[in-house]
Amino acid sequence: MEGNMSLSLKVWRQSNKETAGGFENYKLDSVSPDMSFLEMFDVLNEQLIEEGKEPVAFDHDCREGICGSCSMYINGRPHGPLRGVTVCQLHMRSFNDGDTIVVEPWRAQAFPVIKDLVVDRDAFDRVVSAGGFISVNTGNAQDANSLPIPKEAADDAFSAAACIGCGACVAACKNASAMLFVSAKISQLALLPQGQAERSIRAEKMVAQMDAEGFGACTNTGACSAECPKEISMENIARMNREYIGAKFSSSAV
Amino acid sequence: MATSSRLDAKVPQGPLETKWSKYRSSVPLVNPANKRNLDIIVVGTGLAGASAAATLAELGYAVKAFCFQDSPRRAHSIAAQGGINAAKNYQNDGDSVYRLFYDTIKGGDYRSREGNVHRLAEVSGSIIDQCVAAGVPFAREYGGLLSNRSFGGTQVQRTFYAAGQTGQQLLLGAYSGLQRQVGMGTVKMYNRHEMLDIVNIDGKCRGIIARNLVTGELERHAAHAVLLCSGGYGNVFYLSTNAMGSNVTAAWKAHKRGAFFGNPCFTQIHPTCIPVSGEHQSKLTLMSESLRNDGRIWVPKAKNDTRPGNEIPEEERDYYLERRYPAFGNLVPRDIASRAAKERCDAGYGVGSSKLAVFLDFAAAVERYGKAEANKNNIHNASDSDIIAWGKAVVKEKYGNLFDMYKQITGEDPYQVPMRIYPAVHYTMGGLWVDYNLMTTVPGLYALGEANFSDHGANRLGASALMQGLADGYFVIPYTIGSYLSNEIRTGKISTEHEAFVKTEQEVRERIEKLLKIQGKTSPEVFHRRLGKIMWDKCGMARNEQGLKEAIIEIRQLREEFWSDVKVMGTATYFNPELDKANRVADFIELGELMCIDALTRNESCGGHFREEYQTEEGEAMRDDENFMFVSAWEHKGPEEWELHKEELIYENIKIAQRSYK
Repeated sequence: MEGNMSLSLKVWRQSNKETAGGFENYKLDSVSPDMSFLEMFDVLNEQLIEEGKEPVAFDHDCREGICGSCSMYINGRPHGPLRGVTVCQLHMRSFNDGDTIVVEPWRAQAFPVIKDLVVDRDAFDRVVSAGGFISVNTGNAQDANSLPIPKEAADDAFSAAACIGCGACVAACKNASAMLFVSAKISQLALLPQGQAERSIRAEKMVAQMDAEGFGACTNTGACSAECPKEISMENIARMNREYIGAKFSSSAV
Repeated sequence: MATSSRLDAKVPQGPLETKWSKYRSSVPLVNPANKRNLDIIVVGTGLAGASAAATLAELGYAVKAFCFQDSPRRAHSIAAQGGINAAKNYQNDGDSVYRLFYDTIKGGDYRSREGNVHRLAEVSGSIIDQCVAAGVPFAREYGGLLSNRSFGGTQVQRTFYAAGQTGQQLLLGAYSGLQRQVGMGTVKMYNRHEMLDIVNIDGKCRGIIARNLVTGELERHAAHAVLLCSGGYGNVFYLSTNAMGSNVTAAWKAHKRGAFFGNPCFTQIHPTCIPVSGEHQSKLTLMSESLRNDGRIWVPKAKNDTRPGNEIPEEERDYYLERRYPAFGNLVPRDIASRAAKERCDAGYGVGSSKLAVFLDFAAAVERYGKAEANKNNIHNASDSDIIAWGKAVVKEKYGNLFDMYKQITGEDPYQVPMRIYPAVHYTMGGLWVDYNLMTTVPGLYALGEANFSDHGANRLGASALMQGLADGYFVIPYTIGSYLSNEIRTGKISTEHEAFVKTEQEVRERIEKLLKIQGKTSPEVFHRRLGKIMWDKCGMARNEQGLKEAIIEIRQLREEFWSDVKVMGTATYFNPELDKANRVADFIELGELMCIDALTRNESCGGHFREEYQTEEGEAMRDDENFMFVSAWEHKGPEEWELHKEELIYENIKIAQRSYK
């Protein structure tokens, strides 16, 4: 052990989606400010194993802020106190010695708890399956430079495509709305010339699937964007609404 | 030396330039009606797996795809930063398929197969076309055309990129294609599932045993072909740039069921990673090689210089890569840059509190870009502070997310002080041995992407992993799988009630029960750390005979200890990441032993494999082409027992030379 911070942790424990969960309190000493938040959880888990208790289950993988696995609701904020930072990139120097830290899973009807801090985010995959793609089979493509795309459009599409699909937007939203996630994908493809052919049907189908999954409606509060670790802009939601309304006026499908 | 009779690489005859095009036109086909009745299992959904699953489903095969993550979009390809190579020659700087082929063979220190590498270079351009068509937002110039940058080991600009998130954008592109097929019902997706064994019937791979990680249930899945796209095994070192979940289990199970393991000791240590900060460290973070386009690497000329980097004057800095390798400078290949950093630190010139770090400095690039921006804006008397501000804005656009990540992890602002970097384990060139069709030594079992050994020799060039993963999945396997499946159209449905499925499932179950029953004192995590330390100290950036012999003994002891003292909490009937980890660590321990045996057998230095006994006077790797120009393909014979088969490497088109970047 190498650090000198002592922490009190209140961590949500829940066996599965069928059973009720609750908070457990843990004390942790010798935390180093250079540890990441998840490394602090590694230390907690090793301590629990030594005590013969089951470690806390949490999703994590790349620990570089890009895979979108990690998903902790820390002191009432998805991914903790910093702007534009995932839990795995949050370091203990953002906390103080003696702090009490409350850690919960994402809470949303569409994200049932699998265990402790792990939730089921399959709904996002199903929304993408509904239309979050360009229908181009392998081998059909023309030369990449035969289609110039203005840098600004490419940059805007990239900014929307930077979404890591973690679900913090849903967790942050009082309505558990997924509009930031869905709009980021719709925007990326609507901004690019390659996405035009399916532009209308995509907006209709993705929104329909989003509603079917049980995500709430958007009331333009903006918590999603404020808490998004990739700082995906609210403009995407406005664009999605335009895309959707336009599609509904012009289409007979869905 | 002759190639072992057990290995047939099946590289087509004929001139190098036409091998692939001719073969592609003559490989047997399966008609669409028959494709519907052929099942293919894809394990792993990174670039190789996602692109293969989507493309095979588009062709009409019935595909099942598996990943251990909660979504296929989270496979570790997502974390690749810098870019993807392609021989497009959009920059008009003399690039060609041959040059990409040549650079890759040379970069791999002449230990890869000519035919496979040339094919990779040939299809590289189509990958970029496909990705753009699928909506991947690559970086572009103001004219709307694609932008390129340089990577190590090349003198042309052939790397396509999307800021420092190229892997993310490519994977999301492949993932969207995969999800499209999932929505159409042509791919059945199994997330939070881990493959725990393959099932062989009458000498052919006929399916897998997978574990549903949420419920703990074991499942049998049958198929006419199984594709392992399960990535590399860098996590054998515990600390690496791999994701926490990246593991060797799928490949290792296949190895134990008959798939030979190729060149296991060829591991890549990446030169530019954030240094280790303490014992708590769970993983290491890469700072993309693209930073070496603009960053200059240096150490102080004086030993134990403790001044902050930005306070050390220019004349007291040693830009050691530019000094030693003037032709390639900061863009030498990774193995060379890593060893050079280690050499300076070992000699006492390292920086930072651990002294195991060198500086990566952007001050010169900031000034250069700042001046260029001033000129663009037609301002010819700009102040120094304006130039620096403009320069920083350009650097931010190119590398912003990497700078932010550095700041977040170290607490230092790289726009103000030079980054501190040190080499770390990043990629494994070794992997399952495959032939030209990407089939392993088990008929019907394939390996794609990082999971196979085929294209990178003893050292991979930057931005070539993404290229290989997508080449294998989009443009190679869809053709080559026909040569096997065209003979399977009469097989019919394969029953999972076959005794081989029953027996294999039982063996998987027994191993899980055994792990849970030990109830010792030490967690899987602690065993993993201990293995990693042995591997890093004795089979890492530099290796020698004595160290490797010690490592083999230590790893065997560690394995014994693991199987008598591991403590796995919980049970196998619900979501239990501790059990998953224990399963993976057990396989890493066995792999570690084979890696050391392979490193010990290869009495030469080449690429990432640096045996201290075999170096030139200047400290460069010294190959022994007479005795070691072969692929090591290891056959598993039993506990602690392997047999080496050699595939001779024949270079008909490239003149073998001492690799020089001077």
